[in-house]
Amino acid sequence: MDLNLVIAGEAGQGLQTLEEIIGKALYRQGYNVFSHKDYMSRVRGGHNFMQIRFGNGEFHSPREEIDILVALNQDGVENHQQRVQPEGYILFDGKAENERIISVPAKELAQRVNPKAANTVFLGVLWQLLNFELEELKKVIKEKFPKEEVQQDNLELLQAGYDSVEAGFEVEEPSRSGGEGYLFLEGNQAIGLGAALAGVQFYSAYPMTPSTGILNYLAYRQDKLGIAVEQAEDEIAAINMALGASFAGARAMTGTSGGGFSLMTEAFGLAGLMETPLVIAETMRPGPATGMPTRTAQGDLNFVINASQDEFPLKVIAPRDQEDAFYQTFRAFNLAEKYQMPVVILGDQFLSDSASTVPEFKLDELEIARYLIDEDNWPEGKEYQRYEFTDDGISPRAYPGQLSDEVVLVDSHEHFQTGRISEDKDIRKAMVDKRARKFEKQRREDTLEPYYSGPEKPEVLMVGFGSTYGPMLEVQQQLADEGESVGMLSFNDVWPLPTAELEKRNAYNTHLVVIENNSTGQFSRLITAYTEMGADYRMLKYDGRPFTTDELYNRMKDEVKY
Amino acid sequence: MLEKDIYEPDRNTAWCPGCGNFPLRKALAEALAELEIHTDDFVMFSGIGQAAKMPHYFKSNAFNGLHGRALPPAIGFRMVNPTMKVIVESGDGDTYGEGGNHLLHNIRRNPDIAHFVHNNQIYGLTKGQASPTTGTDIKTKVQPHGVTGEPFNPVRFAVGMRASFVARGFVSERDQLVKLMKEALQHRGYALVDILQPCVTFNKVNTYKWYAQNSYILNDDYDPTDYQSAVQKAEEWDEGIPLGIIYREEKPIFRDKFFNLSDELLVDYPRPVDREEFMREFS
Repeated sequence: MDLNLVIAGEAGQGLQTLEEIIGKALYRQGYNVFSHKDYMSRVRGGHNFMQIRFGNGEFHSPREEIDILVALNQDGVENHQQRVQPEGYILFDGKAENERIISVPAKELAQRVNPKAANTVFLGVLWQLLNFELEELKKVIKEKFPKEEVQQDNLELLQAGYDSVEAGFEVEEPSRSGGEGYLFLEGNQAIGLGAALAGVQFYSAYPMTPSTGILNYLAYRQDKLGIAVEQAEDEIAAINMALGASFAGARAMTGTSGGGFSLMTEAFGLAGLMETPLVIAETMRPGPATGMPTRTAQGDLNFVINASQDEFPLKVIAPRDQEDAFYQTFRAFNLAEKYQMPVVILGDQFLSDSASTVPEFKLDELEIARYLIDEDNWPEGKEYQRYEFTDDGISPRAYPGQLSDEVVLVDSHEHFQTGRISEDKDIRKAMVDKRARKFEKQRREDTLEPYYSGPEKPEVLMVGFGSTYGPMLEVQQQLADEGESVGMLSFNDVWPLPTAELEKRNAYNTHLVVIENNSTGQFSRLITAYTEMGADYRMLKYDGRPFTTDELYNRMKDEVKY
Repeated sequence: MLEKDIYEPDRNTAWCPGCGNFPLRKALAEALAELEIHTDDFVMFSGIGQAAKMPHYFKSNAFNGLHGRALPPAIGFRMVNPTMKVIVESGDGDTYGEGGNHLLHNIRRNPDIAHFVHNNQIYGLTKGQASPTTGTDIKTKVQPHGVTGEPFNPVRFAVGMRASFVARGFVSERDQLVKLMKEALQHRGYALVDILQPCVTFNKVNTYKWYAQNSYILNDDYDPTDYQSAVQKAEEWDEGIPLGIIYREEKPIFRDKFFNLSDELLVDYPRPVDREEFMREFS
């Protein structure tokens, strides 16, 4: 079973609340859910829609065909009715112009009870059409509206909607009993949770779509976590504040999107030169400049791996999905401190704003490693030098005040081992080499090979990074079911680029298909630069929307020769 | 009182002979020594410029960051470390030009930071261009027809925003400067001390002599807690430059508002996060 619900209307009509309630209730009934927001950069009006896919399969991406459309206005009907399946339904508060439209008198019913709760009538109709019991849905509604009067109004309207129609779909029983063993969360929440459990102690950011959800998550929980969260005056302040906190020994993070990251780039290099650990979430949207604030893209890849002038060690990790976003954020903190360098979580709007059911996180396997010096075991009388030369390039890291009578000096100039400013040519070369040794060590020891699904030696190899994982995996499985020899390789570490798995899967006669959300094939060029492999096909999408499974499937069928 | 030498204020520098930064450095060493602030107990933040090189010429924990960005890391540090003294050393270009936005928002926050601005009314390190505090019509290599804009008056700006401590010092008034620095270091909140400090190489107008002739020390009967008279004093420049504490007001500091934070260093604070509970929010 693979059903696709779409809720369409204008900003301010409560689409997001409906999406949250429906998604959570379906997940708690035991289904797998994938839910994605398509919204405009405005507070009221316009046209927005939420897509919720659910069933017993594995869902990682949106689908084109709609089974039930909930249209909160006339535009909602007009914009999406052509996508509704012949046996599907359209729920609409208005005249039924064709037999697929079920007229739902939501406003009229709500007028007598609570006009603000009109949308809940749609929920009732929806649940009856899907032949579901109301139990889980009622619980979710109660959690969403803690005030008792509001709860009562909503439950009354829910029942009214439920009783107004007859069941329309034969729906499979969920394969799980309830949500046990699983979670349901958005990409930004996964990043926030990953940071919280990694022990983030300081988060500063300037609000910017689509990264703001991370700031919201941490700000809301700062009291419980006992951490500092600050909305900075601009992105330059945000990243510099985080560096100050990191210098003090705290685990620090900032988050933004491409425009904000443009402002951060000088301080990004500062983190590199100062060798100060920092985690940065960069959730991409189409650019340059303001671009399309609420849309998705993977156009910042080149920019981020090359950000700031000159050369320094850094790491860029592009989480594949909501589950991966949690683990990769956790990992980013350990790596930033181990190598004393900036680590970027390179996400995008599709990842940030999509929610999915994921297996519960393996909390026992998460270990925080701080890599600070142990002040009790510092050799007696040894001078502390922040940039002491070592074999692997990693100097002992102390924070100010940690060692009595010693000072910690970090500097944005090239510096001696003490941190003191230097223009000496030998020191410059030695420091560049020291930083390069750190990069080499992390490339060798801490690079994660991409995820692979497919036969040992595929004839066609789909390759992508980050959030294209979902659509790629679904399409690979569909094509494999049809008997094609197709594999898919999804990278999360993109810089430095791991190459072993790619070299293993890509034989001389393999067709390499590189799939990405930008217009020039940045990832494909990166692969060529580091492996000398060229893409046989580039499947690029740069209209601000994510790949849907159907679209990618069709392009794989039309464009690739098997 | 500690020995001034523990801060090694005689280190070699890249400052020109006779630079106003020298007496300023001495005054800082004296103020810290008199207050018995050991090198373990303070940390210095600076940006870029001749003034901002101070951490290299002074034994201290320090973060010498980017041009204009001395304040943000100081705030980040201040939030997670409530115990050490935080000092910001920067010049007029660093603080009032490139870093203007941070200055403004920092006054709104009122963090517990002592900020010593070396104001020589010129860009020294880049060799003599106008700074935000250079007087109108003063000619430089890049302002051959003279500076077109009006000079930024940091004291008036800070008083106007009701910063919790606003003072002006002059390096030749050594005793007063030490006193001002000590007051600023002991002030609970953001203390801005604008320090007149001649650039002997590039500023031929605002010299030691000029400042001495054009400035005066505020009388003991001046009341810096009175906002209206502070506004008036802050306006004064052409008719004589007042030196001293111009305005002060006790206010809650930034960290007071983060009641959730421990009084210990955040790095040491053993945070018992119930991982299971945080994960369960999403079930």
